[in-house]
Formats: sequence, structure tokens, C-alpha cells
Amino acid sequence: MIHTEIDTQRWKEEVLKKYPKKLAKKREKSIVVNDSDVIHPIQANVRTAPGIITQRGCTYAGCKGVILGPTRDIINLVHGPIGCSFYAWLTRRNQTLPPTPESENFMNYCFSTDMQDSNIVFGGELKLKQAVREVFEIFKPKSIGIFSTCPVGLIGDDVHAVAREMKAELGINIFGFSCEGYKGVSQSAGHHIANNGLMKHVIGLGNTIPEGKYKVNMLGDYNIGGDGFELERIFEKCGLTLVSSFSGNSTMEKFEAAHHADLNVVVCHRSINYVAEMMEKKFGLPWFKVNFTGAEATAKSFRKIAEYFGDQELIDRVEAVIAEEMALVNAELEKVYDQTKGKVAMLFVGGSRAHHFQELFTELGMSTLSAGYEFGHRDDYEGRSVIPTIKVDADSRNIEELDIEQDETRYNPRKTEEEKAALAEKGIEFNSYDGMMKDMLKGALIIDDLSHYEMEKLIELYHPDVFCAGIKEKFCVQKMGIPLKQLHSYDYGGPYSGFEGAINFYKDIAMIVNTTIWKKIKAPWEREVTIEAEYAA
Amino acid sequence: MLLRHTNDTIIEREALTINPAKTCQPVGAMYAALGIHGCLPHSHGSQGCCSYHRSALTRHYKEPVMAATSSFTEGTSVFGGQANLLQAVETIFTVYNPDIIAVHTTCLSETIGDDVNQILQKARDDNYVPEGKFLIHCNTPSYVGSHVTGYANMVTAMVKYFSGKSVTKKNQVNIIAGWCEPSDMREIKNITSIMGIKTILFPDTSDVLDAPLTGHHEFYPKGGVTVPDLVSTGDSRYTIGLGPFCSEDAAVLLENKCKVPFDILNLPIGLEATDKFVMALSKAARVHVPDEITEQRGRLVDMIADMHQYFYGKRVAIFGDPDTVIPLTEFLLSLDMKPVYIVSGTPGNKFGTAMSALLSEKVPEAKFKNGERADMFLLHQWIKQEPVDLIIGNSYGKYIARDENIPLIRVGFPILDRVGHSHFPITGYVGGMNLVVKMLNAILDKEDRECREEKVELTM
Repeated sequence: MIHTEIDTQRWKEEVLKKYPKKLAKKREKSIVVNDSDVIHPIQANVRTAPGIITQRGCTYAGCKGVILGPTRDIINLVHGPIGCSFYAWLTRRNQTLPPTPESENFMNYCFSTDMQDSNIVFGGELKLKQAVREVFEIFKPKSIGIFSTCPVGLIGDDVHAVAREMKAELGINIFGFSCEGYKGVSQSAGHHIANNGLMKHVIGLGNTIPEGKYKVNMLGDYNIGGDGFELERIFEKCGLTLVSSFSGNSTMEKFEAAHHADLNVVVCHRSINYVAEMMEKKFGLPWFKVNFTGAEATAKSFRKIAEYFGDQELIDRVEAVIAEEMALVNAELEKVYDQTKGKVAMLFVGGSRAHHFQELFTELGMSTLSAGYEFGHRDDYEGRSVIPTIKVDADSRNIEELDIEQDETRYNPRKTEEEKAALAEKGIEFNSYDGMMKDMLKGALIIDDLSHYEMEKLIELYHPDVFCAGIKEKFCVQKMGIPLKQLHSYDYGGPYSGFEGAINFYKDIAMIVNTTIWKKIKAPWEREVTIEAEYAA
Repeated sequence: MLLRHTNDTIIEREALTINPAKTCQPVGAMYAALGIHGCLPHSHGSQGCCSYHRSALTRHYKEPVMAATSSFTEGTSVFGGQANLLQAVETIFTVYNPDIIAVHTTCLSETIGDDVNQILQKARDDNYVPEGKFLIHCNTPSYVGSHVTGYANMVTAMVKYFSGKSVTKKNQVNIIAGWCEPSDMREIKNITSIMGIKTILFPDTSDVLDAPLTGHHEFYPKGGVTVPDLVSTGDSRYTIGLGPFCSEDAAVLLENKCKVPFDILNLPIGLEATDKFVMALSKAARVHVPDEITEQRGRLVDMIADMHQYFYGKRVAIFGDPDTVIPLTEFLLSLDMKPVYIVSGTPGNKFGTAMSALLSEKVPEAKFKNGERADMFLLHQWIKQEPVDLIIGNSYGKYIARDENIPLIRVGFPILDRVGHSHFPITGYVGGMNLVVKMLNAILDKEDRECREEKVELTM
């Protein structure tokens, strides 16, 4: 139990009072006082009420921006008015490192059909085809992805038909995504659509078997601020071969070869568990959840990977890497721990980060008194065991569920059921994620799709030492005198993954708690009356 | 190289835009609406639009940007957005309590044909709007015009909804601000204040998007044009619109509605444009130009004269919005620089006419283009063909600047990677000096860094 003096239940009632009745009834189910012993159901992945100031974005953002954005050698052509492509242009920090100065890298470019009113009235397919031809003529890419924006679905442009036609005409891989912004209730629907597209059009196309003894795919790291670079470093140091990363620092060629790996590790459960599930069905690759945020969590995750392969040489090597890295991590932690210990954090971001980053705060001796996701589902809060009980509503039903079957020739279960059971004995649970709630303190406030109003009320209640969210929240919170750490962009810091990432985070949180300016907000004349006495005399 | 696939071979494009020099209408409407006091912008469309626009404005201003959304789902797109908008109005007035909700549309609500005018009327009829509060709107289909068009449409909505004519004229001048920074709007007000002219500036984002840190988040900061002031624009003596693309529609409507005569000028960026603004103010308000203004002008002229050798003949590439780019081009010409390449994604014939008039004699070799496919890829290709000494534009210019080793000065929207634009103006004579200093620093910093050691100069 935490902060016993704070009556969270009463806070909840007070907050809900402000809303119109119907809305209060709805929001009531998305605000849960945590009880780590008994996991209470939370309402998540449902529509945001109109008029609420929400953190959420749209399906297009999740599909184009998040999943496909970090791949450098595909041209992502956005079919729509100019804004959608413009706003997704370099605004996420997925870094990429082409191997040579000549290697393809289209990530710094923005491609759009820039639909005009005549395209809306008469249809945009001809313009789209022409744009595909032009982008091919100028850039000669090996693949082109076409992304649909809101009006495309409404006027009935068939991007998939255009993709098929252009694929035949130009002889390169071209595929479309029906990721119109109005689908689903948040970015999350776009992740699912992107996952489906990768499965249908990319994964499994590569016939060259990658070299390496222990071959792993990493799912759900987007190389924000170089997270993926740090993880690549650790994989290599441990002697693990990273066949493909979905999708930080990625290439199409690596995606195509992903089915040759022997294990999928899932970092961000929310955005990419679909690919893991589908690859298991089709190719027999098992998956388990890992967490590379936090030094302890990173160590634990690499141990799990080593245990999976079960080779003593690998296990020893991973232990040696952990020992070496943890010495550096602990040295840094020692420097800052006294400054950060006992401080309070809150995290409202993403579909995984609001959970994963709690590891780092715990390492710093800080407690997370409130957290929630922007676009998480119930399983991200309560664990995957609730999945069969989740009611599929109209907004989820319109997102395609692929009917995946075993690949006749390439299906190869990497572990037998007996081997899996033996690994489970050692604590390696496949296809499992326990969610955020279990790891959080009793009494913590868990809020899904936090509204701006609720955010201000939370800050009034707790006065946290650091509030973690995104750019839209950043300056509102800071105007209140509370530092906000962005966990989408990392405030242009990072990486925060892996061991070096933990060190970076410790330093940055120490910087935040040691910031002088927060103590200087009031002018001296606002703090004390200086002039009255003189005049009186 | 960041833009490693860009080369100097220009292939004619008919459908593809690469690296746009514009974005879509709604963000302009959102920005303009923030320039009304106590106003919450509302995006009638799917959540992503609102999220993207708030993010872009927040990254540009490093300030809170509050706005709400109708949060369309697929069902809304099929059945229409009325229920969502009505619910939004109720929620917003209950929870966030603004004086005004300024609704703008999106390509989504436009494509399905939502009649926002009718929906808002229903909201009023069905008592969704508390006493003394207002709903206003404009249509901002993203597939027409650009962000500049959206700004103009919201400014026009201010006139449509509020400007009124009473029996008595007021001794005041309306100034319709084209899209510029809070710092620029503040500087425009400084000039009118020095001249002793009562003005109504709208929209006015100063004291909204440059708010102080107080320990409290003012949901509706103290700035912004007030409703009574907007109402009284119909009684003003005269209207000066600054920037034809952003202000002309509103000025024309105000004349039609309330018979207030108007003049459309460029934004007062640079010497000549500021001269014209000051002259127009003097005429409209029938006041003499005070010495203080003349002295400000003199200081700018002095600086240009003293530093002229560093500017003469320098080739410049510019991209951005017409209302900014046109007076900027004019200013560069008064420094004897050569604006050789100019692009703007915003369509409109006025751009070409203005550029021809400015450039045909002084820089006949200049290339300029606006509208569809007048993008930064084309600009970069021109630069590849024959380089320039300086690039002026928003933050996206840094990719060209780095690849080509050309200094960039940041002017326009969005500026994501530097601060200062919202605090230090480029309008007025003071703003002219800021621009001169920025350009000079950029050019000389490069020279100091790269010239041979024996050529390093301590003094200018």
C-alpha cells in the first residue's frame, strides 16, 4: 500500500463528478485502483469520447509511423492529402544506420500523392498509379508500401488493386495498407494492420538462410534514440545472431528472412504480438516476452534467451556479458541513487513503455504511483490470460484477423511440447505476458487513455517528481512546475534500452531531479513583500 | 548523405510530391483559433488529425497547445459526425469550459459531407451552449490549398461570426495578422502603440503561445483577441490585412459586412514592407509617424549599409509560405542579395505575380514555383544544379543544408529544432535587424569555420 494519506477512491469520485453523466459512467471503468493480489478488470481499447482531450492518435499513425516507418529501404508512399505524410515525416526518432554511403535510405524523405479536390470527386487511383511510376523512375526502390488515409477509404480507392497492378507492371514488391485514420480507436489498430501486411507480403520471401548459431528476431523495438543500436551491441557481444528486428534499423531483406530465425522475442507486446503469433502458427517459431528497459530486466531477458537455446557455452557467455555490463551500470547507479531514491514517477504512454520504464524507476529507488497506456488493450494491463474474455466490439471487428495456416514445407516447430514444458519449469513461459498491473503497487492508480483533465487532477493530487508522457503533455505539465520526461522521443536523449540505456536513463533522471530552475519559478517580489515597509516609514 | 538519393536530374512529375513545402489546412485553422482569447480549437475528424496538429504546434512553440477532437470511428464515418460533434460540445463546455469552441473540419468530415453549420445550429437550439458562450466554425478540407488556406478560413470565420456594425464608428484600425509568430504579432502591436493608434489585431497569439512559467497551467492564457474586440471590428475606421493569402478573404468580408474599407499589404518583413505598413497605418489613423519609428528604421538602414559587403550578390534559396516568402524576397533584394530559388507548396496565382514583379529585372535567372509539387525535393535539385550561399526556411531545410554544406537560417513553420522564433520578431524594423543579424551570423560562422587559417579575420 502506498501513500496511505491519499484516498484514491475519493479522488476518482471527485474527478468523475466533473464529467457529463454518461461520460462519467464510461470513464469510471477505465480508472482502477490497483490491487496486485487480485487483478481487477480495466476498460481499455475502447473509443475515446468526443471532446475529451486525449493523447491518442490514429490508425494511420500506428501503421505508417510506428511499424513501417523505421525500415530504410522501402518507399512509403502515402495516398491522401498532404498533411498525413507531412506529419509522419521524421517526427519519430527511429534511427537507422545504412551499412555504406550508397545503401538505400529513404527515411529522410516524405512521399505523398497530395490529393486534391478533383481526386476526391473523381477518384485518386490514377494519380496513385502515376505517383508509383514516378517514385519508381526516380528512386528505383525494391519495395513500395502504399498507405491509405481517411478519404481514400471513403471514396473507395482500391490501393490493393493498384498495388497488384503496379507490382506486375514494375516487377518489384508493392503492397498497400488500408490504415485509414478512422479505423479502430487508436494507433493500435494500425499496428495490427501493419503486422498483417508484413505477414502477407514480406515475411517468408527470403530464401537465403542467415549464418549464425543462435538466431533470434527481436519484435517491437523501434530504435528510438538508438535503443536498437544498443541492443544490437549486446546481442553481438553475447554471440546471438539478430536475424531481423521489427522494425528498428531494419531492411526489407531482413524482414523477408525472419522465418529462418529460431526464436522470436517480443519487446513491445502491444504493437507486434500479432506477428509473433502468426509466425508461430505458420513457421513454428516460438515466442516469449522480454523487456530490455532496465538493467535487471535486460539481464533477465538475455538469460532467458540463453536458457532457450540451452547451450552451456552460450549461457556462460551471456553471464560474462551481464557481469561486465552490470559493473558499469551499478557504478553509475551508485552515483545517483541517493538523489533519486524515494521520488515519485507517473507514466502515461504507449502500449508497453508505461510498464517497462517502471523497471528503471524501481532501480532508481523511485515509486510509480500512477500509470496507464495511451493505446493498450486489457491484456497489456491484466495479462494475456484475459484475452479469451475480451469482448470484441465494432471498432475491433473491422480490423482484419488473418487466417494463418501452417506452411506446408517450411513449418518447423523449433521446440517440442516436452521441451517447452521443461523450459517452462525453468521459468520460461512461452506466449505469455502478465501485464502492467501485477507489477504495480497496491493502491496505485491505473488509468487508461488518460484525459488532459484527469492528468491535471493527478498532478494536483500527487505532485510527482517526474511525469512521463509525450509532446502534447510536455509543456502543460511543465507549466505546473513539474518536469515531464517524454517517453516517445526521450526528449532527444537516449538510448534507454539495454545496459548503456539504463546508464543514460539514470543520468537523465538525476539531471531532472537536480534541475535548479524549478525552484526559481516565483520572483523574489512574489515570495516576499519588499516595498511596503519602506513606504510606511 | 541524408538525402542521398537526390540528384540534379529533374524528372517531370505529375502526381508525386516529395518533401513538401506545405501541410494541410486544419493546422492553420487551429493556430488561428488559438489567437482568440478563451478559445478551444476543435478538430472535427479522426483523432490523428488533432494529435498531429497539436504535436506540430507544440514542437514549434514549446508551449501547451490545447485542442479537442470529434474522435471519429468507422461508424461515425458511415453515419455522419453529428452525434460526435454534439457530444464533443457538451463535454468541452462541461469539462474544459472555454468561452468559444472554434470547430474546423478535416478531409474526413468534408468527404462524408457533414454540414457543420447545421450541426452547430442544432447544438445551439438544443441548449448545448451555455449563456454567453460561442460556437464558431470554418471548413478546412485538407485536399484544398494548404495550412495557409486553413488559417485564412478561420480568420474569415472570426469576421463572419463576430464582426458587427453599431451606430457609431470607432477611432480604431483593424489589423488582420497573416500567419506569423507571437513575437511578430507583439512587434506589430509595438509599432501601433508607438504610433499611438488604437488597433484591434486578430488573431493574436502573443501571450498565448509565449506564456510565462508560473507553476500553474493557464488553460486559456491571457492573450488572444477578445470577443468584444472582434465584435467592434465592424465599427473600425479601416482594416489593414497583412499578407494577402491569410488576410484578404477576411478583409473583403469585413468590408461587405460592415463597410470597413481595407488595404492588403505584405507582412511587414524587411525594410520596404515595414515602410508600407507604417505609411498605411499613418494614413488609416491619420497620425504622423513619430520620430521613434523613424529612428528604428534608421538603425536598420544603418546596419544594412554597414554590412552590405557581406550580402551583395549572395545567392539564396527560400521555401515557405507566400505571405512570408514574398516580403522576405523583397527584403533580400534590398540587401542586393540574389534570391535565386523560391518554392512554396501553397497554391495561388498571387505568388507568381508577386515574384515576377520582384525578380524579373533584378534576378532574371531566378526560379520560383508554388502549388502542387513545388516541393523541397525540387528546390534541392535546383541547388544541386547550381549551389546557393544561404537557405532560408523551416527545420526541414537542415537536411539539404547539411548535405550541401550551406548555412540555413530558420524562418517559417515548423521550426522544430531551435527556439527564439516565438520570442524575437522578424517583422518591423526591429525584426529586420534580427533577420540581418541571423543571416550575417550564418554566413560568417561558416566562413570562420572553413576559410584557410591565414584568412581568419578578427574584425568585420
